[in-house]
Amino acid sequence: MDGVEGQAGDFTVTLVKKPRYIIEDKCTGCTTCMEYCPVEYPDPFNQELSQNKAIHIYFSQAIPLVTYIDETCLFLKEQKCDICRGVCQNKAIDFTQTPEKVAVNVGAVILSVGLEPFDPSVRDEYGYGRLQNVLTSMDYERLLSSTGPYEGRILRMSDRTHPRKIAWLQCIGSRRVTPGDNSYCSAVCCTYTQKQVILTKDHEPESECTVFHNDIRAFGKDFERYFQRAEQLPDVRFIRSYATIVGEDPQSKNVIVRYATADEGVKEEQFDMVVLSVGLNPPTGNRELAEKFGIALTDHGFRQGTADNPLATTRTGIFVSGGFQGPTDIPESVFSASGAGAQCGQLLDYRRGKLTTERVYPPEKDVSGEEPKIGVFVCHCGANISSVVDVPATVEYALTLPDVVYAKQQLFSCATNSATEITDLAKEKGLNRVVIAACSPRTLEPLFRDTLREAGLNQYFCEMANIREHCSWVHSKQKEDATEKAKDIIRMSVARARHLEPLQEFDLPVDKAALVVGGGIAGMTCALSIASQGHEVYLLEKEDHLGGNARRLHTTIEGLDVQAYLADLIRSVYANPLIHVSHRAVIQDVSGYVGNFFTTVESETGVQQIKHGAAVIAIGAEEYTPTEYLYGEDERVLTHLELEEKIAARDEQVVGAESMVMIQCVGCRNQDRNYCSRVCCSHAVKNALELKDVNPGMDIYILFRDMRTYGFNEDFYRQAAEREVRFIRYTPEEPPQVEAVESEGKPVLQVTVADPIMGQRLAIDADCLALAAAVIPSSSTKEIASLFKVTLSPDDFFKEAHVKLRPVEFATDGVYLCGLAHYPKHIPEAINQAYGAAGRVLTLLSHDTVVASGAVCEVREDDCVSCGACITACTYGAIEFRETPRGRKAWVNPILCKGDGLCNAKCPTNAIVLKHFTDEEIISQIDAVVTAEEIFETR
Amino acid sequence: MCSGRIDLEFILRAFANGQDGVFIGACRLGECNYVTHGNYDTFGTVLLCRRIMRHIGIAPERLHIAFMSAADGNILAESINGFVETVKKLGPLGQAENEQADDLAPRLQAVRRLVPYIKLVERERLRVPVKTREAYERFYTGAEFERLFDELVADRLAVSRIMLLLRQKPLTTQELAAALDLNPSEISGYMNGSSRQGLVRYDEGSKRYTLADVA
Repeated sequence: MDGVEGQAGDFTVTLVKKPRYIIEDKCTGCTTCMEYCPVEYPDPFNQELSQNKAIHIYFSQAIPLVTYIDETCLFLKEQKCDICRGVCQNKAIDFTQTPEKVAVNVGAVILSVGLEPFDPSVRDEYGYGRLQNVLTSMDYERLLSSTGPYEGRILRMSDRTHPRKIAWLQCIGSRRVTPGDNSYCSAVCCTYTQKQVILTKDHEPESECTVFHNDIRAFGKDFERYFQRAEQLPDVRFIRSYATIVGEDPQSKNVIVRYATADEGVKEEQFDMVVLSVGLNPPTGNRELAEKFGIALTDHGFRQGTADNPLATTRTGIFVSGGFQGPTDIPESVFSASGAGAQCGQLLDYRRGKLTTERVYPPEKDVSGEEPKIGVFVCHCGANISSVVDVPATVEYALTLPDVVYAKQQLFSCATNSATEITDLAKEKGLNRVVIAACSPRTLEPLFRDTLREAGLNQYFCEMANIREHCSWVHSKQKEDATEKAKDIIRMSVARARHLEPLQEFDLPVDKAALVVGGGIAGMTCALSIASQGHEVYLLEKEDHLGGNARRLHTTIEGLDVQAYLADLIRSVYANPLIHVSHRAVIQDVSGYVGNFFTTVESETGVQQIKHGAAVIAIGAEEYTPTEYLYGEDERVLTHLELEEKIAARDEQVVGAESMVMIQCVGCRNQDRNYCSRVCCSHAVKNALELKDVNPGMDIYILFRDMRTYGFNEDFYRQAAEREVRFIRYTPEEPPQVEAVESEGKPVLQVTVADPIMGQRLAIDADCLALAAAVIPSSSTKEIASLFKVTLSPDDFFKEAHVKLRPVEFATDGVYLCGLAHYPKHIPEAINQAYGAAGRVLTLLSHDTVVASGAVCEVREDDCVSCGACITACTYGAIEFRETPRGRKAWVNPILCKGDGLCNAKCPTNAIVLKHFTDEEIISQIDAVVTAEEIFETR
Repeated sequence: MCSGRIDLEFILRAFANGQDGVFIGACRLGECNYVTHGNYDTFGTVLLCRRIMRHIGIAPERLHIAFMSAADGNILAESINGFVETVKKLGPLGQAENEQADDLAPRLQAVRRLVPYIKLVERERLRVPVKTREAYERFYTGAEFERLFDELVADRLAVSRIMLLLRQKPLTTQELAAALDLNPSEISGYMNGSSRQGLVRYDEGSKRYTLADVA
């Protein structure tokens, strides 16, 4: 990026495109040039652990999947060698290319420039680069990968042997104020380390894994369970200790780690390998980038946002998503990306759709009169398949199968040029069925269906044979058997392909309005974003006022005046003519489907039926009412929300207290609620700092299990410690005890807790006790879930369709999710997610139609005996009886049918058929498992 | 497509094709991504099919169901490896059962003819009201199920097998009893019912039963 001019709505961004020295259109990614290139240099994608060539493909899933030439090239350096130019049959290599300047005119910019892993070589103490068997977690990630330096084998650098004892050192480069380190918590390392431990045990069940950590920060959704899963594996130790690398054993090259435990004091232990769990730095070149875009950075070097909009920068029209906001995990990166999209939409809605052109497919060929003519394409998937399966042998085999008229191998069937090849060959060879033997249909089936449409074939004539996940990846050590199995899988797919039928998808109209359930910060933010893009929004609030839980919050830890912000937000909602708010609203019924919902709502204005295309569930959460620690019995015992309200009101009982104790993890991280409420540690620190501001002399104690002040909130934790807030760790086995007693003639709450450092019980006399009460699912969760037919996670928060891929959507089409209903979170996170949900809603509502699948059920009326077995089997209410001239027959509403096929398995006369998965299609596969000669003759 | 799409016929067909084992992978129970929880239907199909297999002399362990999510690759690998071990120990179909493949084939054929009827019976009489793994297992191993199985499935299956045998040639009561491993009085009971329905007739001359339409 060279420069940017203009303003929001009309930026001109100048880009300099470096030469690839490859003509992209001509390169097929065949990699012949790579074989001949004489220059080897450390591969940056594999963390320089393995070698690559000067001409190479960046990594196996790179887009576009073509080569480029690195500056290590001998020709580029000294015009010495041009072997690649000689061996390239497509004449794709072009050394005359020069840097190219491109100017693009855009209305808005999203900076999704990511993060940079911390480089531990900046500090000698980590031994990185000095000791061979010390790696970073990023290095280790590559070792674990099947496309990594050793094809997924974990090997030591020093002697290429399998390490048996591996240690992870947490917080490398994070939570430290020493020069070169970052003071903040990188937020993702605890969980990625647990993932690496689980994968290591998976690779090598005998290995011993030790994690040296400070706190375990399992604050994300389902993270607590994930930690337990890692911790409970055999030979896995989590040791709470600061650990340092002392050196290495000169013979074995084992790494010596020094650490301390409460029982054994300081000790040294040798490990075959040490992994540094490195934190996250701001992206490289952040300052230059900020200067070019004219945006401000924080002291930590991330973008400066605004307290009420984490996706904004200090310049209008320039947004951020993902890691440039700060340490971010994948789900947050994904929904913040949707959110940034929504904000661009708000800015540019007036010209939505002006640059789009409709995709036109060639007319569909009628092949109903033809015999099946099947083409089989077997994918190498780089080396993913071909390193195990003998691909040419499977191609040859495919040609012997019935109705197969053509078969071919491809390096990557998913690459653009391969897809074009499939289209072209389908036309040229007159194919009417195509079998792609490659990976799981889960990821790429849509692409290959599209490929068929381009060839004028019905997309349901595409069949995928999964020879990667189901074969090469799991049988890497049995190459011959794997090849035979790949043949079996292909034979089964061919058998099925012979029976495939063309199916028609149909377009459903989309109602342009949205329904948002819940008028808290998340619901209102989402409603405003949708409305500002021209859509009517019906906002339902069960109370008689908007605001939700935020009504009880006064500041955020970053210093946002929550009440002022909330008042503004509520005013904007009421002022927006497209937003219709219903107070005291109760949903009575929800019917319909994506694009066409009908929701019956009773509210203060009576009962109304709302027609809407999308729904957002933002019903929030509640505060747990403690039964522990004298809560409800003694008025000096408060929850943190109550404490916050009293601090804001300058209640003398609270701000005048000489001594205050806070107990964390009340009502969660236990058997009843096996999750972390995420917000309470920061909430406690915030309240402690507020109290110190008002009454600097107050003694404040925070009794905690793990301080989970992740991300930038770590700085506030440190601030609190510096201001003499005392932090005392307790364990669930020895929880604090609270008693109301008299001490020196004064009534106090006496809190006793085991002090792990002193090794004795500590008694604190407190005037006030604040409990970090858990955030629990809203009491209406189950009712709302059943009305909208959406599911819940084990802890009864709403369950997204996919944690990473679809974090703000439900499996039920047209229904979305944000805010505390998803999981406890801080206000900026809820705002992020609310914009994210709005972005997904807009993706639906900005279209006039949605497409319904062709793979739905259908009744063959002649065979239907109207027994009703299908109707009772269908949970979607998609089947009903209809009167026909030949009596009562079952009928399927194809829009409501989800294609699960339960009815098909229940029908005694096989009258109801799940299209694309018919008995004939499935049985043909079952029969093809064995070759004809193997089948019982008596069948 | 849900695992609940799996038809009893699919499983039986695989065995009839000579497969030594059938493995079904389904979503975790109680964790349906939709509202259907169709994996319980699959589970019911499997439990019923195992009972049928036991009845016709096929080791029920040859049919296995495992529940896992898309992220449970480890469970898939472990359960498949475990199942492969089991099937290897059982050997080819018939070996652990001490049965000839030729004997198993007609029995499987007889069951497969009954699949439409079994589907009706399942719906009317064999539904488990509570969707938990324990409830399903308790029901399918309980005395009530045994009684229903005998009443609804076993008798029909015997008749189905007799019809298949008679289709080949007329047989005496003793021959039928030997083929079905039943005693002659049980055979007579079935034959009385079937002749009342006009399906078979008794040929006094040869003292053999024969299919009614063959005569």
